[in-house]
Amino acid sequence: MAKVRLVQGNEACAMGALKAGASFYAGYPITPSTEIAEHMAEMMPACGARFIQMEDEIASAGAIIGASAAGAKAFTATSGPGFSLMQELVGYAAITEIPVVFVDVQRMGPSTGLPTLSSQGDIQQARWGSHGDHSIIAIAPNSVMETYYQTIKAFNLAEKYRTPVIFLLDEEIGHLRERFEVDENEEIEIINREKPTCAPEDYVPFENVAGGVPPMASFGEGYRYHFTGLTHNEKGFYSSALPVVDKFNRRLVDKIEKNVKDIFECEELFVDDCDVLLIAYGSVARSAQEAMNELREAGVKVGLFRPITIWPIDEERIKAACAGKKAVIVPEMNLGQYAREVERIVAGSVPVKKLCRVDSELVIPEEIIDMVKEVLK
Amino acid sequence: MATKWKIRLSGTGGQGVIKGAVILAEGALIDGSNATQSQVYGPESRGGSTRAEVNISDQAILFPKVENPNLLLCMSPEAYDKYAKDLIPGGILILDGEVGKGKEIPGVKIYRCPITEICREAMGSELSANVVALGVINGIANLVSFDAMVESLHRNFKAKVADLNVKAYQLGLDAAKKIEPYTV
Repeated sequence: MAKVRLVQGNEACAMGALKAGASFYAGYPITPSTEIAEHMAEMMPACGARFIQMEDEIASAGAIIGASAAGAKAFTATSGPGFSLMQELVGYAAITEIPVVFVDVQRMGPSTGLPTLSSQGDIQQARWGSHGDHSIIAIAPNSVMETYYQTIKAFNLAEKYRTPVIFLLDEEIGHLRERFEVDENEEIEIINREKPTCAPEDYVPFENVAGGVPPMASFGEGYRYHFTGLTHNEKGFYSSALPVVDKFNRRLVDKIEKNVKDIFECEELFVDDCDVLLIAYGSVARSAQEAMNELREAGVKVGLFRPITIWPIDEERIKAACAGKKAVIVPEMNLGQYAREVERIVAGSVPVKKLCRVDSELVIPEEIIDMVKEVLK
Repeated sequence: MATKWKIRLSGTGGQGVIKGAVILAEGALIDGSNATQSQVYGPESRGGSTRAEVNISDQAILFPKVENPNLLLCMSPEAYDKYAKDLIPGGILILDGEVGKGKEIPGVKIYRCPITEICREAMGSELSANVVALGVINGIANLVSFDAMVESLHRNFKAKVADLNVKAYQLGLDAAKKIEPYTV
């Protein structure tokens, strides 16, 4: 029997990372993510894992990429300003296809903003913060328990798809303490990157394999090959040959976007039986669910679609959920960063209403209830 | 509303109101209830106003914050000025010492208690005033059982300090019996 404990979201993230097999952490502390570094510093040495505090966020991102190239499961934790600094290396991890996890505990921005207060302002930064047409995976949990399990999933997806994964906590969930009841010996699927089975001299590190994810040899295992941030051919060396470049860029995107059904996870509540659909993620989804419960008790047909995977988006699923509704309301702690995706997907077939808060306070259920009543007038 | 107790503890950075909220919420979990604990604080490590919030319920808790508490503790005049207005009518207002004296809000049950002074005199420092406050809160509202609070104190403090804090908690429970609540 698991002991019931009061655990903070950031601590659950640290525990999930260890359960997933994280063996290397490099980071530079920043509110509201610092507790993750504190817990890793405490727990990692006892497991034979490495913790290093770097001189800044850019070095932290470089260190985890290097560690992962050498075979470690590596991650860092930061917040908006630090995540901005890491963006060049997010792109480097994407183009070199090195699995790493970036935890971003979102706080109010832009820039230093309000360091201790909450936001969901990094939804689009997670997607497009680094330049170029790569794809990305991002996840946003809504509870302490889910933070634990989804952190494990973040590592699994990074390994499976050889990609950086962005774990988007918001300050509300990162700092929230609530019931945590997990059996540490529970059997959970842990995915490790596929390794080459061929002889080192036959290894083609960036081969255009079916499914788009070539096996990855760790440095030091006898496979000599080359990582570069330059666009490269299947051998890993710079190439500007048009067909090579085109094929390479498309593979980087397709290996994720074409597997969206495998990656995307969401929770649907009363989606088929509602007039107004709420789409909310992270902490705001809790307010949305409370609003939904109250409205349904009063006989108002409201549903909730909660994306747990923020990127990539299963567009078919969102389109189906929104079809025929009187309105879709997207409450979020930014000025419509996810709502714009919903608008793009439904393309005018359903009215999409934004409910935006950027005063650092969590959207409250009453605001959502008021907007539902408004659209049903 | 499913949530039964919506508690806000407020004061100044350094008084331990967040720690107090953590201990209270963990005690509620040990009792078998659900609980959430959250906080709002500024970038300062000392000073500034701090608020910590605890929801306690037999059911799942969705919205984790407390908009309108039914129990409010104010450990500093600034916190009183900022948060007293949020308390629901008929709610429990616990004030440390002279906090809010002369400008009490109407229609709530006011419990005034020299929490920090009791701590200083009995313990030789104000460090455990947050735990004395928890004793006062449970002495008044009986949110969490004694055994669960003792267990929670032991989970949240190292052995030596935990025993001191159990003593501080008992001081608060005793003090609560002597409070004469009033309404203006």
